[in-house]
Amino acid sequence: MTARLRSVDVACSAALLFLVLLAPPVKRALEASMTAQMLLQIPLLVAVGVFIARLLPIRATRVIADWNYRGIGGLVLATMTSMFWMLPRTLDAAVTDPLVAVAKYASAPLLIGLPLALSWPRMGFIVRGVFLVECIATFFRLGWLYLISPDRLCNLYLLDDQQRLGQLLLLIGAALFVAIAWKLVWGRFDSLSGAPRKLTG
Amino acid sequence: MRLLRTLFVSVALFLAGGFVVYAATDRLQAFTTEAARRIAVRQHPVGVPSVTLETQSGAHIDVAGLRGKWLLIDFIYTRCPTYCVALGSEFAQLQDRLAAPLANGAVELVSISFDPAHDVPPELASYLQRARSRGVGWLAARPVGRDGLDQLERTFGITVIPDGLGGYTHNAAIHVVDPRGRLIEIVDSGQSAARLVLEHLDP
Repeated sequence: MTARLRSVDVACSAALLFLVLLAPPVKRALEASMTAQMLLQIPLLVAVGVFIARLLPIRATRVIADWNYRGIGGLVLATMTSMFWMLPRTLDAAVTDPLVAVAKYASAPLLIGLPLALSWPRMGFIVRGVFLVECIATFFRLGWLYLISPDRLCNLYLLDDQQRLGQLLLLIGAALFVAIAWKLVWGRFDSLSGAPRKLTG
Repeated sequence: MRLLRTLFVSVALFLAGGFVVYAATDRLQAFTTEAARRIAVRQHPVGVPSVTLETQSGAHIDVAGLRGKWLLIDFIYTRCPTYCVALGSEFAQLQDRLAAPLANGAVELVSISFDPAHDVPPELASYLQRARSRGVGWLAARPVGRDGLDQLERTFGITVIPDGLGGYTHNAAIHVVDPRGRLIEIVDSGQSAARLVLEHLDP
Protein backbone atom coordinates (compact mmCIF):
# COMPACT_ATOMS: atom_id res chain seq x y z
CA MET A 1 0.00 0.00 0.00
CA THR A 2 2.74 2.42 0.95
CA ALA A 3 4.63 1.50 -2.20
CA ARG A 4 1.60 2.33 -4.32
CA LEU A 5 1.09 5.65 -2.54
CA ARG A 6 4.69 6.49 -3.07
CA SER A 7 4.46 5.90 -6.80
CA VAL A 8 1.45 8.23 -6.91
CA ASP A 9 3.63 10.85 -5.23
CA VAL A 10 6.38 10.27 -7.75
CA ALA A 11 3.95 10.52 -10.66
CA CYS A 12 2.56 13.78 -9.30
CA SER A 13 6.03 15.23 -8.76
CA ALA A 14 7.09 14.29 -12.28
CA ALA A 15 3.93 15.73 -13.85
CA LEU A 16 4.10 18.88 -11.73
CA LEU A 17 7.77 19.50 -12.49
CA PHE A 18 7.18 18.94 -16.19
CA LEU A 19 4.16 21.27 -16.28
CA VAL A 20 6.03 23.98 -14.40
CA LEU A 21 8.89 23.74 -16.89
CA LEU A 22 6.38 23.87 -19.72
CA ALA A 23 4.66 27.02 -18.41
CA PRO A 24 5.48 29.85 -20.85
CA PRO A 25 6.82 32.32 -18.23
CA VAL A 26 9.09 29.68 -16.69
CA LYS A 27 10.20 28.45 -20.11
CA ARG A 28 10.94 32.01 -21.20
CA ALA A 29 12.83 32.82 -18.00
CA LEU A 30 14.98 29.67 -18.16
CA GLU A 31 15.72 30.18 -21.85
CA ALA A 32 16.61 33.85 -21.39
CA SER A 33 20.17 32.86 -20.53
CA MET A 34 22.45 30.13 -21.81
CA THR A 35 23.46 29.34 -18.23
CA ALA A 36 19.89 28.74 -17.11
CA GLN A 37 19.00 26.68 -20.15
CA MET A 38 22.02 24.37 -19.79
CA LEU A 39 22.34 24.18 -16.03
CA LEU A 40 18.71 24.42 -14.90
CA GLN A 41 16.17 23.72 -17.61
CA ILE A 42 17.77 20.69 -19.25
CA PRO A 43 18.87 19.07 -15.94
CA LEU A 44 15.35 19.54 -14.53
CA LEU A 45 13.87 17.93 -17.65
CA VAL A 46 16.33 15.07 -17.12
CA ALA A 47 15.08 14.84 -13.52
CA VAL A 48 11.53 14.34 -14.82
CA GLY A 49 12.84 11.28 -16.65
CA VAL A 50 14.45 9.98 -13.45
CA PHE A 51 11.03 10.18 -11.76
CA ILE A 52 9.43 8.38 -14.70
CA ALA A 53 11.90 5.51 -14.29
CA ARG A 54 10.44 4.81 -10.84
CA LEU A 55 6.95 4.52 -12.30
CA LEU A 56 7.73 1.75 -14.79
CA PRO A 57 6.09 -1.56 -13.92
CA ILE A 58 8.58 -4.16 -12.74
CA ARG A 59 7.88 -6.31 -15.79
CA ALA A 60 8.91 -3.49 -18.12
CA THR A 61 12.14 -2.82 -16.23
CA ARG A 62 12.94 -6.54 -16.44
CA VAL A 63 12.47 -6.60 -20.20
CA ILE A 64 14.61 -3.50 -20.58
CA ALA A 65 17.25 -5.00 -18.30
CA ASP A 66 17.57 -7.94 -20.71
CA TRP A 67 18.85 -5.48 -23.30
CA ASN A 68 20.79 -3.34 -20.88
CA TYR A 69 23.64 -5.43 -19.51
CA ARG A 70 25.48 -3.47 -16.82
CA GLY A 71 23.49 -0.41 -17.92
CA ILE A 72 25.61 0.05 -21.02
CA GLY A 73 22.76 0.38 -23.56
CA GLY A 74 21.06 3.10 -21.52
CA LEU A 75 24.34 4.87 -21.00
CA VAL A 76 24.99 5.01 -24.75
CA LEU A 77 21.49 6.38 -25.39
CA ALA A 78 21.78 9.05 -22.68
CA THR A 79 25.27 10.04 -23.83
CA MET A 80 24.31 10.40 -27.48
CA THR A 81 21.22 12.44 -26.62
CA SER A 82 23.17 14.71 -24.25
CA MET A 83 25.75 15.25 -26.95
CA PHE A 84 23.03 16.47 -29.30
CA TRP A 85 21.78 19.03 -26.76
CA MET A 86 25.31 20.28 -26.19
CA LEU A 87 25.57 21.60 -29.76
CA PRO A 88 25.31 25.40 -29.64
CA ARG A 89 22.97 25.46 -32.61
CA THR A 90 20.47 23.10 -31.01
CA LEU A 91 20.33 25.40 -27.96
CA ASP A 92 19.43 28.27 -30.29
CA ALA A 93 16.98 26.19 -32.28
CA ALA A 94 15.24 24.86 -29.15
CA VAL A 95 14.23 28.44 -28.39
CA THR A 96 13.39 29.66 -31.88
CA ASP A 97 11.94 26.53 -33.51
CA PRO A 98 8.82 25.03 -31.87
CA LEU A 99 9.51 21.56 -33.32
CA VAL A 100 12.98 21.49 -31.80
CA ALA A 101 11.48 22.72 -28.52
CA VAL A 102 9.12 19.73 -28.52
CA ALA A 103 12.06 17.44 -29.27
CA LYS A 104 13.96 18.86 -26.30
CA TYR A 105 11.05 18.57 -23.87
CA ALA A 106 10.47 14.96 -24.95
CA SER A 107 14.01 13.72 -25.34
CA ALA A 108 15.65 15.16 -22.22
CA PRO A 109 13.34 13.19 -19.88
CA LEU A 110 12.79 10.09 -22.03
CA LEU A 111 16.17 9.63 -23.73
CA ILE A 112 18.49 11.00 -21.02
CA GLY A 113 16.85 10.88 -17.57
CA LEU A 114 14.92 7.63 -17.99
CA PRO A 115 17.74 5.50 -19.44
CA LEU A 116 20.26 6.93 -16.96
CA ALA A 117 18.01 6.13 -14.01
CA LEU A 118 17.40 2.61 -15.31
CA SER A 119 21.09 2.05 -15.99
CA TRP A 120 22.85 3.57 -12.98
CA PRO A 121 21.89 0.78 -10.53
CA ARG A 122 23.12 -1.84 -13.03
CA MET A 123 26.42 -0.14 -13.71
CA GLY A 124 29.45 -1.71 -12.10
CA PHE A 125 32.39 0.09 -10.61
CA ILE A 126 34.31 0.36 -13.89
CA VAL A 127 31.38 1.56 -16.01
CA ARG A 128 30.47 4.14 -13.38
CA GLY A 129 34.08 5.24 -13.20
CA VAL A 130 34.40 5.65 -16.95
CA PHE A 131 31.08 7.49 -17.07
CA LEU A 132 31.99 9.91 -14.27
CA VAL A 133 35.47 10.60 -15.63
CA GLU A 134 33.93 11.30 -19.03
CA CYS A 135 31.44 13.64 -17.34
CA ILE A 136 34.27 15.54 -15.68
CA ALA A 137 36.16 15.72 -18.96
CA THR A 138 33.08 17.03 -20.76
CA PHE A 139 32.46 19.71 -18.13
CA PHE A 140 36.09 20.79 -18.41
CA ARG A 141 36.15 20.73 -22.22
CA LEU A 142 32.92 22.68 -22.64
CA GLY A 143 33.72 25.04 -19.76
CA TRP A 144 37.13 25.82 -21.19
CA LEU A 145 35.70 26.34 -24.69
CA TYR A 146 32.98 28.70 -23.45
CA LEU A 147 35.43 30.60 -21.29
CA ILE A 148 38.07 31.24 -23.94
CA SER A 149 35.94 31.53 -27.09
CA PRO A 150 36.08 35.16 -28.26
CA ASP A 151 32.96 34.54 -30.38
CA ARG A 152 29.43 33.96 -29.26
CA LEU A 153 28.56 30.33 -29.96
CA CYS A 154 24.81 30.93 -29.71
CA ASN A 155 23.22 33.77 -31.63
CA LEU A 156 20.65 34.14 -28.86
CA TYR A 157 23.00 34.60 -25.96
CA LEU A 158 25.51 37.21 -24.87
CA LEU A 159 29.23 36.61 -24.54
CA ASP A 160 29.34 37.28 -20.79
CA ASP A 161 26.54 34.74 -20.29
CA GLN A 162 28.58 32.18 -22.23
CA GLN A 163 31.68 32.94 -20.15
CA ARG A 164 29.75 32.69 -16.87
CA LEU A 165 28.45 29.30 -18.03
CA GLY A 166 32.03 28.31 -18.82
CA GLN A 167 33.16 29.21 -15.30
CA LEU A 168 30.27 27.28 -13.76
CA LEU A 169 30.99 24.21 -15.90
CA LEU A 170 34.63 24.25 -14.79
CA LEU A 171 33.46 24.59 -11.18
CA ILE A 172 31.02 21.68 -11.48
CA GLY A 173 33.69 19.54 -13.15
CA ALA A 174 36.11 20.36 -10.33
CA ALA A 175 33.50 19.61 -7.65
CA LEU A 176 32.71 16.27 -9.27
CA PHE A 177 36.39 15.48 -9.41
CA VAL A 178 36.88 16.29 -5.72
CA ALA A 179 33.81 14.23 -4.79
CA ILE A 180 35.11 11.20 -6.70
CA ALA A 181 38.63 11.58 -5.37
CA TRP A 182 37.15 11.78 -1.86
CA LYS A 183 35.18 8.60 -2.43
CA LEU A 184 38.20 6.81 -3.89
CA VAL A 185 40.31 7.64 -0.84
CA TRP A 186 37.81 7.39 2.00
CA GLY A 187 34.69 5.83 0.55
CA ARG A 188 33.28 2.34 0.65
CA PHE A 189 32.83 0.62 -2.66
CA ASP A 190 29.33 -0.72 -2.43
CA SER A 191 28.44 0.39 -5.92
CA LEU A 192 28.28 -3.21 -7.11
CA SER A 193 25.41 -4.04 -4.78
CA GLY A 194 22.80 -3.21 -7.40
CA ALA A 195 24.70 -4.77 -10.29
CA PRO A 196 24.27 -8.34 -11.44
CA ARG A 197 25.82 -10.58 -8.82
CA LYS A 198 27.70 -12.85 -11.11
CA LEU A 199 30.73 -10.81 -12.08
CA THR A 200 31.70 -13.15 -14.90
CA GLY A 201 28.13 -13.21 -16.27
CA MET B 1 22.67 -13.63 -24.47
CA ARG B 2 22.04 -10.49 -22.48
CA LEU B 3 25.54 -9.36 -23.32
CA LEU B 4 24.96 -9.88 -27.05
CA ARG B 5 21.62 -8.10 -27.02
CA THR B 6 23.14 -5.17 -25.17
CA LEU B 7 26.01 -5.03 -27.62
CA PHE B 8 23.52 -5.00 -30.49
CA VAL B 9 21.38 -2.24 -28.91
CA SER B 10 24.41 -0.15 -27.95
CA VAL B 11 25.91 -0.27 -31.44
CA ALA B 12 22.53 0.58 -32.99
CA LEU B 13 22.00 3.51 -30.60
CA PHE B 14 25.54 4.73 -31.16
CA LEU B 15 25.10 4.67 -34.94
CA ALA B 16 21.68 6.32 -34.76
CA GLY B 17 22.97 9.03 -32.42
CA GLY B 18 26.01 9.59 -34.61
CA PHE B 19 23.81 9.91 -37.67
CA VAL B 20 21.52 12.44 -35.94
CA VAL B 21 24.48 14.59 -34.86
CA TYR B 22 26.03 14.29 -38.34
CA ALA B 23 22.80 15.42 -39.99
CA ALA B 24 22.08 18.13 -37.42
CA THR B 25 25.49 19.74 -37.95
CA ASP B 26 25.40 19.78 -41.77
CA ARG B 27 27.87 16.87 -41.96
CA LEU B 28 29.87 18.07 -38.95
CA GLN B 29 30.48 21.44 -40.60
CA ALA B 30 28.17 23.74 -38.63
CA PHE B 31 28.01 23.49 -34.85
CA THR B 32 26.65 27.01 -34.43
CA THR B 33 23.60 28.77 -35.84
CA GLU B 34 25.90 31.34 -37.42
CA ALA B 35 27.90 28.72 -39.34
CA ALA B 36 24.65 27.02 -40.34
CA ARG B 37 23.13 30.13 -41.90
CA ARG B 38 26.29 30.74 -43.93
CA ILE B 39 26.30 27.20 -45.29
CA ALA B 40 22.56 27.42 -45.99
CA VAL B 41 22.78 30.53 -48.17
CA ARG B 42 25.86 29.23 -49.98
CA GLN B 43 23.99 26.07 -50.91
CA HIS B 44 20.58 27.61 -51.48
CA PRO B 45 20.76 31.35 -52.21
CA VAL B 46 17.65 33.18 -50.99
CA GLY B 47 15.84 35.96 -52.79
CA VAL B 48 15.89 39.33 -51.06
CA PRO B 49 12.32 40.32 -50.13
CA SER B 50 10.67 43.46 -51.41
CA VAL B 51 10.97 45.84 -48.45
CA THR B 52 10.76 49.61 -48.50
CA LEU B 53 13.71 51.44 -46.98
CA GLU B 54 14.13 55.08 -46.09
CA THR B 55 17.69 56.26 -46.74
CA GLN B 56 19.83 58.82 -44.96
CA SER B 57 18.59 61.46 -47.39
CA GLY B 58 14.94 60.61 -46.72
CA ALA B 59 14.40 58.91 -50.09
CA HIS B 60 12.31 55.74 -50.25
CA ILE B 61 13.78 52.76 -52.09
CA ASP B 62 12.92 49.07 -52.44
CA VAL B 63 15.66 46.57 -51.55
CA ALA B 64 14.46 44.19 -54.25
CA GLY B 65 14.50 47.17 -56.64
CA LEU B 66 18.27 47.45 -56.30
CA ARG B 67 18.65 44.49 -58.67
CA GLY B 68 21.25 44.61 -61.40
CA LYS B 69 24.13 45.45 -59.09
CA TRP B 70 26.06 43.67 -56.41
CA LEU B 71 24.98 44.63 -52.90
CA LEU B 72 27.08 44.34 -49.77
CA ILE B 73 24.66 44.63 -46.87
CA ASP B 74 25.33 44.90 -43.15
CA PHE B 75 22.88 45.36 -40.30
CA ILE B 76 23.51 48.12 -37.80
CA TYR B 77 22.03 50.42 -35.21
CA THR B 78 23.55 53.85 -35.14
CA ARG B 79 24.03 53.98 -31.36
CA CYS B 80 26.18 50.83 -31.53
CA PRO B 81 29.56 51.45 -29.91
CA THR B 82 31.37 48.22 -30.86
CA TYR B 83 30.69 45.89 -33.76
CA CYS B 84 29.03 48.39 -36.03
CA VAL B 85 31.92 50.79 -35.69
CA ALA B 86 34.17 47.97 -36.87
CA LEU B 87 31.75 47.11 -39.67
CA GLY B 88 31.38 50.79 -40.49
CA SER B 89 35.10 51.22 -40.98
CA GLU B 90 35.17 48.02 -43.06
CA PHE B 91 32.65 49.64 -45.37
CA ALA B 92 34.69 52.86 -45.50
CA GLN B 93 37.72 50.80 -46.54
CA LEU B 94 35.58 48.95 -49.09
CA GLN B 95 34.80 52.32 -50.63
CA ASP B 96 38.51 52.62 -51.42
CA ARG B 97 39.01 49.02 -52.47
CA LEU B 98 35.92 48.96 -54.70
CA ALA B 99 36.15 52.61 -55.80
CA ALA B 100 35.77 51.86 -59.53
CA PRO B 101 32.76 49.49 -59.41
CA LEU B 102 31.11 51.70 -56.80
CA ALA B 103 31.53 54.76 -59.03
CA ASN B 104 30.04 53.06 -62.10
CA GLY B 105 27.16 51.60 -60.09
CA ALA B 106 28.13 47.92 -60.36
CA VAL B 107 28.30 47.64 -56.57
CA GLU B 108 26.45 49.34 -53.73
CA LEU B 109 27.08 49.23 -49.99
CA VAL B 110 23.93 49.21 -47.85
CA SER B 111 23.77 49.52 -44.06
CA ILE B 112 20.31 48.60 -42.80
CA SER B 113 19.25 49.66 -39.31
CA PHE B 114 17.37 47.21 -37.11
CA ASP B 115 16.48 50.05 -34.74
CA PRO B 116 14.23 52.08 -37.08
CA ALA B 117 12.48 53.94 -34.25
CA HIS B 118 15.69 55.69 -33.29
CA ASP B 119 17.53 55.68 -36.62
CA VAL B 120 15.73 58.42 -38.51
CA PRO B 121 17.44 59.86 -41.63
CA PRO B 122 19.53 62.49 -39.76
CA GLU B 123 20.88 59.76 -37.43
CA LEU B 124 21.71 57.59 -40.45
CA ALA B 125 23.48 60.50 -42.11
CA SER B 126 25.57 61.22 -39.04
CA TYR B 127 26.38 57.49 -38.77
CA LEU B 128 27.83 57.58 -42.27
CA GLN B 129 29.79 60.69 -41.37
CA ARG B 130 31.20 59.12 -38.19
CA ALA B 131 32.14 55.98 -40.12
CA ARG B 132 34.05 58.25 -42.52
CA SER B 133 31.99 57.43 -45.57
CA ARG B 134 33.64 58.75 -48.74
CA GLY B 135 30.18 59.59 -49.94
CA VAL B 136 30.10 57.30 -52.97
CA GLY B 137 27.96 54.17 -53.17
CA TRP B 138 27.11 53.72 -49.49
CA LEU B 139 23.53 53.95 -48.34
CA ALA B 140 22.37 53.85 -44.75
CA ALA B 141 18.69 53.08 -44.45
CA ARG B 142 15.93 51.99 -42.11
CA PRO B 143 13.06 49.65 -43.01
CA VAL B 144 9.70 51.35 -43.13
CA GLY B 145 7.35 49.47 -40.83
CA ARG B 146 7.92 46.59 -38.42
CA ASP B 147 6.86 44.01 -41.04
CA GLY B 148 9.67 45.02 -43.36
CA LEU B 149 12.24 44.67 -40.61
CA ASP B 150 10.87 41.24 -39.58
CA GLN B 151 10.99 40.08 -43.18
CA LEU B 152 14.59 41.23 -43.60
CA GLU B 153 15.69 39.66 -40.32
CA ARG B 154 14.06 36.38 -41.25
CA THR B 155 15.52 36.25 -44.77
CA PHE B 156 19.01 37.26 -43.72
CA GLY B 157 18.98 35.28 -40.46
CA ILE B 158 19.69 38.25 -38.21
CA THR B 159 19.20 37.74 -34.47
CA VAL B 160 19.15 40.89 -32.37
CA ILE B 161 19.16 40.65 -28.57
CA PRO B 162 19.32 43.41 -25.93
CA ASP B 163 22.80 43.55 -24.41
CA GLY B 164 21.53 44.65 -21.01
CA LEU B 165 23.27 48.01 -21.30
CA GLY B 166 20.61 49.71 -23.40
CA GLY B 167 22.14 48.56 -26.66
CA TYR B 168 21.95 45.43 -28.76
CA THR B 169 24.10 42.46 -29.63
CA HIS B 170 23.67 40.87 -33.04
CA ASN B 171 25.36 38.48 -35.42
CA ALA B 172 27.34 40.99 -37.44
CA ALA B 173 28.53 40.09 -40.93
CA ILE B 174 28.64 41.30 -44.52
CA HIS B 175 25.89 39.87 -46.69
CA VAL B 176 26.66 39.53 -50.39
CA VAL B 177 23.66 39.87 -52.73
CA ASP B 178 24.18 39.17 -56.42
CA PRO B 179 22.68 41.23 -59.31
CA ARG B 180 19.76 38.78 -59.50
CA GLY B 181 18.76 39.84 -56.01
CA ARG B 182 19.84 36.65 -54.26
CA LEU B 183 21.76 36.46 -50.99
CA ILE B 184 24.59 34.13 -52.00
CA GLU B 185 27.27 34.49 -49.35
CA ILE B 186 27.80 35.74 -45.79
CA VAL B 187 31.35 36.74 -44.81
CA ASP B 188 33.10 38.38 -41.88
CA SER B 189 35.63 40.70 -43.47
CA GLY B 190 35.43 43.44 -46.05
CA GLN B 191 38.44 41.86 -47.68
CA SER B 192 36.65 38.61 -48.49
CA ALA B 193 33.56 40.53 -49.60
CA ALA B 194 35.64 42.65 -51.97
CA ARG B 195 37.48 39.62 -53.34
CA LEU B 196 34.21 37.84 -54.00
CA VAL B 197 32.65 40.77 -55.83
CA LEU B 198 35.79 41.53 -57.87
CA GLU B 199 36.09 37.88 -58.90
CA HIS B 200 32.58 38.03 -60.28
CA LEU B 201 32.98 41.43 -61.93
CA ASP B 202 36.15 40.66 -63.89
CA PRO B 203 36.82 36.95 -63.90
